[in-house]
Amino acid sequence: MRKIAIAVLVTALGLSACGDKDAVVVYKQGSYSGKTDGKPWENAAFAGDKARWDGSIRARGQTQNESKRIGD
Amino acid sequence: MARMKFLCDSERCIECNGCVTACKNENEVPWGINRRRVVTLGDGMPGEKSVSVACMHCSDAPCMAVCPVDCFYHTDEGVVLHDKDMCIGCGYCFYACPFGAPQYPQSGAFGQRGKMDKCTFCAGGPEVDHSEEEFKKYGRNRLAEGKLPLCAEMCATKALLGGDGEVVSEIFRDRATKRGKGGEMWGWGSAYGKPEQKPESKKPEVKS
Repeated sequence: MRKIAIAVLVTALGLSACGDKDAVVVYKQGSYSGKTDGKPWENAAFAGDKARWDGSIRARGQTQNESKRIGD
Repeated sequence: MARMKFLCDSERCIECNGCVTACKNENEVPWGINRRRVVTLGDGMPGEKSVSVACMHCSDAPCMAVCPVDCFYHTDEGVVLHDKDMCIGCGYCFYACPFGAPQYPQSGAFGQRGKMDKCTFCAGGPEVDHSEEEFKKYGRNRLAEGKLPLCAEMCATKALLGGDGEVVSEIFRDRATKRGKGGEMWGWGSAYGKPEQKPESKKPEVKS
């Protein structure tokens, strides 16, 4: 009887850790609640014309490519 | 939709610090703050490499995740910005950022810490575009002028590229293909050194 009681106690102690929750921290993105920012094309320079802004950015990007700008 | 990214070609960076100076001047960044800096690996050793580092505008930004007041936001172009009016200067973002991008002005005595400042990809902040407030808090808004960050645009060796991720990768791919090396960019070897080579075993000299 005593052996059974000890066995039950040991089993209960051994399994007690199985209920532990995962201790790994999971980061979640917060939800921004500050001032809203306008779009870069919504100003006097582009007057809301997104396509023109896209074109300008793309063209500026290509000026970094000396293969095209100067040639090989 | 453009997805703004920086890419620094360590094969070309000559550690001139022109990008750092351009950034400071263009945005009138106060004393003690460097939104961009040049890091050199193996300084003075043969094969040293330099790379210009600033905020990398992460897609899943750790600074955004840890900010207790949620003052960060992503623009549609993928630029990570923050509202300085909400920032409490706690410094969590500094610890979370793998690039050391967030900077703090040391205002007053006793190492008092001001509101966080970092690279904005020259996109200003949540104020009216080109307003005095925007310039004072965040620096110049070149993106709203249809221009790219000055650090990248003025880089003399064109080591630092900035702009739409597709365009940047296209330029770099073309360059790496033509020169036939450097396409690996940031490999284990660049970051942590090459694996140690075993010394060649010398054959015993044979005396005649």
